[in-house]
Amino acid sequence: MIRVVLPPHLRTLAQVKGEVQLDVPGRITRGAVLDALEARYPMLRGTIRDHVTERRRPFLRFFACERDLTHEPPDAPLPDAVVSGAEPFLVIGAIAGG
Amino acid sequence: MSGVRVLVGTRKGAFVLTGDGKRKQWKVSGPHFAGWEIYHMKGSPADANRLYASQTSGWFGQIIQRSCDGGKTWETPGGGMTKTPDGMPAGESNKFVYDATPETGKPLTTHQWYDGTQHPWEFKRVWHLEPSLTDPDTVYAGVEDAGLFRTSDGGKTWQELPGLRGHGTGPKWQPGAGGMCLHTVLLDPANPRRIYVAISAAGAFRSDDAGKTWKPINQGLHSQYIPDPKAEVGHCVHRIALHRSRPNVLFMQKHWDVMRSDDAGDSWREVSGNLPTDFGFVIDVHAHEPETIYVVPIKSDSEHYPPDGKLRVYRSRKGGNEWEALTKGLPQQDCYVNVLRDAMAIDSLEPCGVYFGTTGGQVYGSADAGDSWAPIVRDLPAVLSVEVQTLR
Repeated sequence: MIRVVLPPHLRTLAQVKGEVQLDVPGRITRGAVLDALEARYPMLRGTIRDHVTERRRPFLRFFACERDLTHEPPDAPLPDAVVSGAEPFLVIGAIAGG
Repeated sequence: MSGVRVLVGTRKGAFVLTGDGKRKQWKVSGPHFAGWEIYHMKGSPADANRLYASQTSGWFGQIIQRSCDGGKTWETPGGGMTKTPDGMPAGESNKFVYDATPETGKPLTTHQWYDGTQHPWEFKRVWHLEPSLTDPDTVYAGVEDAGLFRTSDGGKTWQELPGLRGHGTGPKWQPGAGGMCLHTVLLDPANPRRIYVAISAAGAFRSDDAGKTWKPINQGLHSQYIPDPKAEVGHCVHRIALHRSRPNVLFMQKHWDVMRSDDAGDSWREVSGNLPTDFGFVIDVHAHEPETIYVVPIKSDSEHYPPDGKLRVYRSRKGGNEWEALTKGLPQQDCYVNVLRDAMAIDSLEPCGVYFGTTGGQVYGSADAGDSWAPIVRDLPAVLSVEVQTLR
C-alpha cells in the first residue's frame, strides 16, 4: 500500500483523518499515485493538479524521504521506501498567505 | 412562522445567520469551510433548503459545495465515492473548463491584458452562483476569467455558455484590479429566456435566448479612461440590480456613476444625483417598492472606504437622482471599511430587511427598509458576499 499525507484542508475536503493508504496498480510514480488518489476521492480532482493539463497547482509541492520531488517528471518512479510503504508520499501546501 | 437566513461568504469561511421574523433574534452558524475563501453562497428560489457555495483557495483551486438542508450539512456534488461503470469518478463538480470546441463556432482563447497585449483565458474561481428561479438543480456560475457556466444536475457538472465569450468583443475585455470577473447574473422572472450578466472590466451583456447568444448593453455608459463615448465594451461595471415586478428597469453601480436603464439595458442614463461620491460597489432594490434603491458610496480611486469615515447607506425613493443618507445605527466616525459588490441583500418581509457586510467583518441589518441599522455580527473575517433567504 502507498501511504499519502495530504495537507489539512484536503483531508477535511476528502473527509479523511491521518494518512491515506492507496492500492496503486503498475509502476509507482507520482502520476499513478495521484490518479489513484483522485479515483478514490473524486472531490480532490482539480485541487492538486489541473483538471485538464494535470499541471501541479503552483502552491503545492511533493516530498518523500526528505527529498523535494516537486520538479521530478510525473512518470518518474517514486523512491523504494515509498513503494514499500516504509515512507509516505507528502503533498505539502506552501506556508504562505494571510 | 416567518424568518430569514442570511448567507455570508468571507475570506476565511462561510457563516449562516438565522433570524426570526422580527429580525431581532439571531443565531450564528459557522465557520463552514474554515480557512477557505467563500466568494458567494446563494439559495435556490425554488427550494429554500438547497444552497450552493463557491469555496476557493489560492492553494487548492475551486470547490463547489451544496447543501440540501439549509446549510446544516454540505457536500461536494457528485464528489463522493461513486464511480461510473467504467470505474472513473463521477464527480466533476469543481471542473470548470472553457468551451473551445469547433461546434461553438468561435472558440475564443485570449483577452486584453493589463499592458494591452492579448492573454489566454485562465480559469481562476467562481465569483457568483445564481440558482434558477424554478429548478433547484440548475445554477449559473459567473467566473474569473470572465465566463458563464451552467449546471443542470445540481452542481455535479458544469458547462460553459460559450456564446458570451464568443460573441465578438472578448479580445477587448480586460481585468479590473480585482481580476476579470463575471460577478453579476440576473435572471428575468418574466422572461425565462432573458439573462443579464456584468463583467469587470468589460460591461453589461444581455441574452434573449437563454444564454445562447449575447449582446453588449453599454450605450450611455461613460468611463474617463475610454475616449470613445460609444465604446461597446471596456466599462468597469460593479453591480446591476432589478426588481422582479419590472425586470426591464435596471440599476447599475459602475466604477464611477450610478446608472439606470428603462429599456432592458439598451440605453443608460446617470442617476448619481446628490450622492457624496458616485463610486461604490453594491446596489440593490427594495423588495416592495421598485423605485426605491440602495447604494453605499465609497471614496476612490485608491482609498475604497466611506467618505469622511462615515458609513452611510444612501436610499433613493425615486429611482435615483435624489438620495437620502441612512445613518441610524451605523458608525459615523472613524469607519474605514469597504462594502464589496456582492455584499448587499434584501429580504421580502414587510417591511423589507436590508443587509450588508463589510471588509471589517461586520454584517449590518435593517428590519425597517434602511431607516435604522444594527450589527448582527461584527467580528467576522472580511465579508465578500451577503445573500438572504426569506423563510415563510
